[in-house]
This record gives sequence, C-alpha cells and structure tokens, in this order.
Amino acid sequence: MSGHESTYKPETGFTKWLDSRLPIIRLAHDSFVDFPTPKNLNYWYTFGGILSVCLAIQIITGVVLAMHYTADINQAFGSVERIMRDVPFGWLIRNIHMVGASMFFLAVYVHMFRGLYYGSYKAPREVLWLLGCVIYLLMMATAFLGYMLPWGQMSLHGANVIINLFGAIPLVGESIQSWLMGGPSVGNQTLQRFFSLHYLLPFMIAGVVILHIWALHVPGNNNPTGVEVQDVKKDTVPFHPYYTVKDGFAIVVFLIIFAVFVFYAPNVLGHADNYVEANPLVTPAHIVPEWYLLPFYAILRAITFNIGPMDAKLLGVIAMFGSIAVLFLLPWLDTSKVKSMRYRPVAKQFFMVFVVVCLLLGWCGASNPDNAIISMGEDKLVVNYTDAAGLEGTRVFEEYTPAAQFRDEQQTSGGVASIAIEKAPAFTFKILSQILTAYYFAFFLIILPFLGLRERPKGEPDSIHQSILGHDAPAAAPAE
Amino acid sequence: MSASNETAPDHVDEERRDFIHIAAIAATAGGAGLVAYPFIDQMNAAGDTKAASSLEVDISKIPLGGEIRVLIGGKPFFLRHRTPEEIAAAVNTDASKMPDPETDEERLMPLPDGTFNPAILVTSGACTHLGCVPVGPAQGSVGDYGGWYCPCHGSHYDTSGRIRKGPAPKNLPVPDYEWVTPALVKISL
Amino acid sequence: MKLFRPLLAGLGALALGLTAHAAGGAKHAHAPEGGWKFAKVPAGKLDKDSVQRGFQVYQEVCASCHGMKLLSYRNLGEKGGPFYSSDYPNANDNPLVKAIAAEIEILDPVPDENGDPVYRPARPSDPFRSPYPNDQAAMAANGGALPPDLSVITKARGHGNEGDGASYVYSLLSGYPDTDKIKTKAGEDGLNVNYLEFDKDHTVGTLVQPTGLYYNPYFAGDTTPQWDGDPRHAPYGGFLAMAPQLPEGRVEYIDGTEATTAQMAKDVAQFLHWAGDPKQGQRKSLALPTMLYLVLLSLLLWFSYKRIWRDVEH
Repeated sequence: MSGHESTYKPETGFTKWLDSRLPIIRLAHDSFVDFPTPKNLNYWYTFGGILSVCLAIQIITGVVLAMHYTADINQAFGSVERIMRDVPFGWLIRNIHMVGASMFFLAVYVHMFRGLYYGSYKAPREVLWLLGCVIYLLMMATAFLGYMLPWGQMSLHGANVIINLFGAIPLVGESIQSWLMGGPSVGNQTLQRFFSLHYLLPFMIAGVVILHIWALHVPGNNNPTGVEVQDVKKDTVPFHPYYTVKDGFAIVVFLIIFAVFVFYAPNVLGHADNYVEANPLVTPAHIVPEWYLLPFYAILRAITFNIGPMDAKLLGVIAMFGSIAVLFLLPWLDTSKVKSMRYRPVAKQFFMVFVVVCLLLGWCGASNPDNAIISMGEDKLVVNYTDAAGLEGTRVFEEYTPAAQFRDEQQTSGGVASIAIEKAPAFTFKILSQILTAYYFAFFLIILPFLGLRERPKGEPDSIHQSILGHDAPAAAPAE
Repeated sequence: MSASNETAPDHVDEERRDFIHIAAIAATAGGAGLVAYPFIDQMNAAGDTKAASSLEVDISKIPLGGEIRVLIGGKPFFLRHRTPEEIAAAVNTDASKMPDPETDEERLMPLPDGTFNPAILVTSGACTHLGCVPVGPAQGSVGDYGGWYCPCHGSHYDTSGRIRKGPAPKNLPVPDYEWVTPALVKISL
Repeated sequence: MKLFRPLLAGLGALALGLTAHAAGGAKHAHAPEGGWKFAKVPAGKLDKDSVQRGFQVYQEVCASCHGMKLLSYRNLGEKGGPFYSSDYPNANDNPLVKAIAAEIEILDPVPDENGDPVYRPARPSDPFRSPYPNDQAAMAANGGALPPDLSVITKARGHGNEGDGASYVYSLLSGYPDTDKIKTKAGEDGLNVNYLEFDKDHTVGTLVQPTGLYYNPYFAGDTTPQWDGDPRHAPYGGFLAMAPQLPEGRVEYIDGTEATTAQMAKDVAQFLHWAGDPKQGQRKSLALPTMLYLVLLSLLLWFSYKRIWRDVEH
C-alpha cells in the first residue's frame, strides 16, 4: 500500500550491498511477503494467484511446443501430431497447453465476476480494472491466434470467419482484413504471422500483469466488504504466510481439476473437427469458436436486423466489440457509493441474473440460431402446387397421408406439386440470444448507472474488523 | 506443575505445525522436481529422429579406390573401397608411433562369418578437430598419407582414417556398424 | 447464492430439454456390447489382441483406399503398440515389425544415383504407404470422393470423450443395412435403382440410394431428398461413397477368431483408436499417480493453512 513503509532489513553483506544498488529483494519482500492484506479475503480472491500460475504454465509449455512446431500449412498439422506421438512427453506438454487455455479462461471469468460482485473496479481501483480488461483482450487475441496453429478445419475456417468480421468495419475494414491475412486468403503467410504473434502476446500479457499487480499494490486489495482498510493492525495480515498458503491450497485444488482434463479428457473442451487437416474447399457444418468465446459469438449472431444505413453484419460486429468495450467503461457506469454487492440487495439479484445471462449466451453461441428451444405446436406439411390449369397455390396439412394424397392427385391430373415442412412457430436460440444480449447491455448501461442512485444499501459495516466480529456474533444479520 | 502443563501443549503444537509446513514445502518441491523431468526429457531425440538414425548401405556400388558419403541423422559417414596398395599402406605402418595408436584391424567390423573384409573401410566423416568434413579421393586431395585431408586446419588422415599430422587429436571414429550380408552394411548412430 | 441454485437447475433442465428435442441427423453412435475396455476409469487398457486383429483388417481391407500418413511401421512395435515386445525396446529391431514392413513395397524418398525413383521393401522407420500418390488420384479412383486419412480419425469423429470416436467407427462399419434389405427396381431411365423400405413408427416410406452411394444411419447427412415418405420423419443418417466393407469372413484372422462383421468392426475401431493416440497408455499410467500426488499435496496445504490461520479471526 502507498502508506505502507518498507519493513525489509538486509542482513548479510551481500544483501546490503545489493539493496543500495538494486533494491529488488526489498521490492519482493514488500510486495509478496510483508504486504498487508485484508484478513477477510475468501476463496474467490485466490483466482489472481491461480491466474499467474496459468500464465506461467502456458508460457513454459508454449515455449517448449515452439521447439517442435512447424509454422507451415503443409507441415503444421503433422508437426502437432508428431509432438503427440514422437516427442518424449510431447503429448503431456501439448495436452497441458491445450487444456491450459481453457483453464486460463475459466479462472479469468471467475476472477472477473468476483471483481464485478465486490465492486473491485471502483475508485481507487479503476486503473487496476482497466489493466485487467487489457489483459483479457490480449488473452482473447492470443487464444484466437493459437487456435489457428494446429491448422485443422476449425483453425482455418474459424480464422476466416473472425478475419471477415473485421471486414465489416467501415472504411478501414478491408485494409485490416488483408493486412491480417497478408494475401487473398488465410494461407501460409497468415499462419506464419499468427505463430509469431502468438509467441509475442503472452509476454505482453506478462508485462501488463506486472502493471496490474503494481496497480493493485498502490491502493491495496479490495475485500468482500468493500470497505477500505482503516487499521492495518486490526484489518490486515501480512501476505506471507497467510495468503501464500491459502492461494497455494487453492492453486493445487485448481490443478486437480486441470489434471483431470489433461489425463482423462484432453479433447473434450476442444472441437473434433480440428483433427481434420485444414481444407479451404470444405467448410465444416458448424463453425463454433472455443467455449470461452461463445457468449460473444452469440451476441454477434443475435443482431439479425438492419438499423438505418448500418447492416446486420456491421451491427453484430459493433455489438460484439461493444460487449467488451463496455467493460472498460464500467468504473464510471456504476454510480453506487457502496462497493460490495453483499450490501446491495437489489443489485445483487441483477448480478446473479447477469451471471446466468452470460452462461446462457454461451449456450446460444454453441447452438444453431434457428433451432427451437420451445416449439409451439407441431411442424406442418405444406403442399405447393401448380394445377393443370396453371394456377398456383398452397395447402397446409397436419397429417402426411392426406398431404401425399393431395400431391398425387395434383400430379395425376397433370399439375406439379411438392411437399415441404412448415416449421411450427418456436422460441428459437436467435430470440433467446437477442433477449440475453439486451440484458447484457442493459445491465451495464441502464441497471448499474440508475440503480446506484436509487438503491438503499443494507448493513454495510464500518470496518473490516467489525465485519469479522459480526460474522461470528449470533445477533448480527446474515451478510450472505 | 501447572505452568509446565500450560506450556507443554504449545510446545507439541509448535512441533506439529513445523512438521506440516515442512511436509507441504517438501511435497511441493518434490512435485516441481518431477514436473521438470518431462520438460527436460522432451529435448531428447524424438521417436522419428531416433528411427532415422540407422541406414543400410549397399557397398557393391563403391568404385575401387573411391568412396561414398552418406548422411545418417544429418551426420556424414565415409564408406571407402580401398585398393590393395592402400590396404597394405594401412596395415604395414607401425601404429604405435601414431598420435592415436590403433591397428587397421581394430578399425574394422567382422562379417557375419567372423572374417574381415579389409577392402571396405567405414568411418565417421567429421574431422575430430572441430568437426569439418575432410576431403578425399573424389575431391582429388587425399593428404600426405593417402587417406583424407581436412582443409579447415590441415589435418592429414591415412588410408585407415587415422590421424597422422595436424591439429586433430583422434582418428576418424568408426561408427557402430554391422554387416547384414557381405554386400550390405548397416550403420547406426 | 440462494438465488443462483434454482437458476442453475433451470439451466440444466433447459439443456436436457434441448438434447431431447434435437431429433434428426445421424443416429447416435454406440460402443460394442460390453463397452470399450480402454475407456474404463481410471486406467483402462487397450485389448492388444484386438488391436493386432484390427491392424490385420486395416491392412487387408482399409489400406487399399485409406492412408495413415502419420503412422510409421515402427509405431506398431513401440511401447503401447500392437506388436510391442519387451525383447525389442527399439521397435526398428522388432522382427515382426520388420517383416510387416518388408512385405510392403514403397517408393524410396531418396532416388538412386541417377535420379531415378527406387522402389524397395519398407523399413520400420518408413511411414505407412499411401494407397494413392495424391488426393486427385484418390478422388479419381473413388468416384470423386476422397477417402479420408485414418491416422486421427477417432479423434476427428468423436466429441472428446474416451472411446466415442471408436464407437463411431464401429457403429458406421457395422451399421449398414443388411444386403437383403436393399431392393432393386427399374428406374425411369431404364437403369436399376436401389432402394430401402422403412416401416417403423412414423418413418414409413421408401429411401432411394443414389448411384454410387450407400445409406448408413450413422453417417452425418440428410436423407430427405431421397425419401418419399413424411419429410418430418425421414430416416436417420446419410449416404456415403464407401460400400459396406466388412461382410462376414472378409478377413481370415491369424489368431483364429471368427470374423463376424461386428468383430471386425470392433477390432479395426480399436486399432484406429490406438493409432489416433498411441501414447494413451503412457497418459493413463501417469494419471493416477499424478492425481494422488495432487490430492495429497492439497491435504497437506489445507492443514498447513489451518495451522497458520488458527489464531486469526477472519
């Protein structure tokens, strides 16, 4: 914390010598050993540590994989399989990297929802939140670039779809598109630059992570009460050993889940089509991104209408990028003075709905937009016909037998007739994703700004210390 | 008595706490060590690389007095069909005075029936000085001793591939090879 | 959090409703009777005999159209492979593998000293011979359809769950309609037309097999254009260019096993499952020790955590 004085005392001659030249041990000591941390952080707060482990795992396994990978469209697929088959423990390292991407996103989503719930983006932590958003953007870019490298069907056609999105941007879209592809199509040159950038971005993430931690250590941690630390003695404990051991425990539990995927179901989070080598002439039946990008994909596809001069494609792209951009505005959109939603009974409920909305958006992203979720009535049969006299018409049937009879009658009398299916009106994924998208934006742009002005917070403690004592006292109102 | 009763559990507690922390730290360190193993092992030769590390060569096509050069796993090897004069020169020189004493027969592998075919000499193609590839009969330069000459730093090898003059410290190594048939040599790395 | 639970429950119910609703498409692939031994948790093993027989089926039946370019003959004798023997840790020395490779003549990637192509018996280090020199030749020989490479087919056709790719291969190969169900009638242009009759629940009608294609309920596709019955109840599946390949007795197993269609389909599916992930044995044998270690470490850290925090109210 800014007001916190360094307690590091170099003891040996060497550390004294070093401390007056490069106080790196002092920095580490003040940041990760003696750093005063609120006593009341729960397990949701362990995901920061989990994420740094995820980043380290991805970088280490990634550097190793790059030793064996070949960024060439004729060899990429085979070189990945060579890692799985011939490189000693290559299967393990590749599985870790592949599952690790999913685990990284799983952890980052928990981390983000935690920040949202406890108001960790509010003053004085706006920059901390913004840097987190930058990391998240970089993560998405890295994941997208990396997904292309095995050069499977999803790699190629997924990249194609995403690059085409940029083409929807007015004026500069086409330039960006050809600049990303480096040619008329997604080809060898694209693969090579994607590999280069996929190698670069994680180190940029690591850099922003350092800034993120710096921005965390200036105001200090937020905590589940959202009340700032007032008395360092009563409200905080030193980071080490209290939180190193707690984070360590959480990290190992997280690694157990990680290992279950790596050893028992390494491919379950991916898509089978990516084990088919890329073929530009054949598009897979369903192009879907990896699960962690599905909500944004659903938002993209939810916009199926034009508004004024803007067509649906452009609006979809705007909505998709807007859904991320709105996160950057969040610190100024939420007007509530109270940080933690623990003490905001109404906001808490809207938040819970928001979490479910995000999960449902993921479900929509994975599904065909035209598929029915709830069908109203049965599908019917329509016979389109042109009778012998040349008159066109249609007739609708419930049952097949009369429909076929009618068709045959028309045909024998010299007309033309065919049967088609008329889908029953239904509540489709498209409609659901439109509703969910509306809620997603309303949550940030309407609910949080106005609720903060009107809501009456309940039971906010005066200090962390008081909340801990109240926590044990039987008379106190339950906080959660 | 009462004082010791109060302090004793604390003391035991302290020891137990230490034990658990030490066990946790040791288990973490041990695990980290085990995890390091696959990350180091992956640098070893991969299955396909190892599989490509042997080669069968048909020696019947080597012209008398000439040699063929093959690459196994990217490393050069010489197979030389020596003339009777070259064999005689290799056999009749006293090896004990050479920088790296070895008789000519020590540098040959027996045929399946246990005899030797001194006409065919198989050696590594990398100079033992700093790994350059020496020139031979095909390049028109065989050095002062009729074998090979390394142009990088001037090492001269004789017709048995032994170092005779120059900075190289050792004879051209004889690879691990076997005679599959009297006309087929299998060289392994 | 109380609010969260019913919402999650609702989400689960919706997801269930979706799977019930999603009729049509291909028939769901299934494992052979008794399930796959290798899919058993925590460390199911491949049936080595079955993988060996499966290789025989691949070699004698599939290999004439389908390549496996990611495999080499040596893989057969490597640890976890069907012909592994502890006497030959280096698969290149395994006489069985050498014999299998030597029976196959391949084009040497290295030409002779005159630059002419050389054909020679394969060595264990050589990749499996491709049946066609290139995709164009493969398509020309198969009526325009490209027989897919089978190296990772079980990973490409599954959903990532252990064994569902093998189940697909098994179901597809053993799922063709019986030959006596396929009837022939004269078509309008005088050529014969093959068709199948369905009479089950709502799926009543005739399905015409387009020339050169074969109906299979497990193959992803759309049968409605060839279906003369109720289009809302068209049969599952689609048409593929591969004719049924495994009639009873198609191969004569070296080990004397009776070569029924289901047996051959099961064996070759198991072989392909091994081929798609030859290091699965190593993965599974490492799984349990890793999990035990992590659980033990988490317990130690838990007690350590409880110790450190025991005097702090939080």
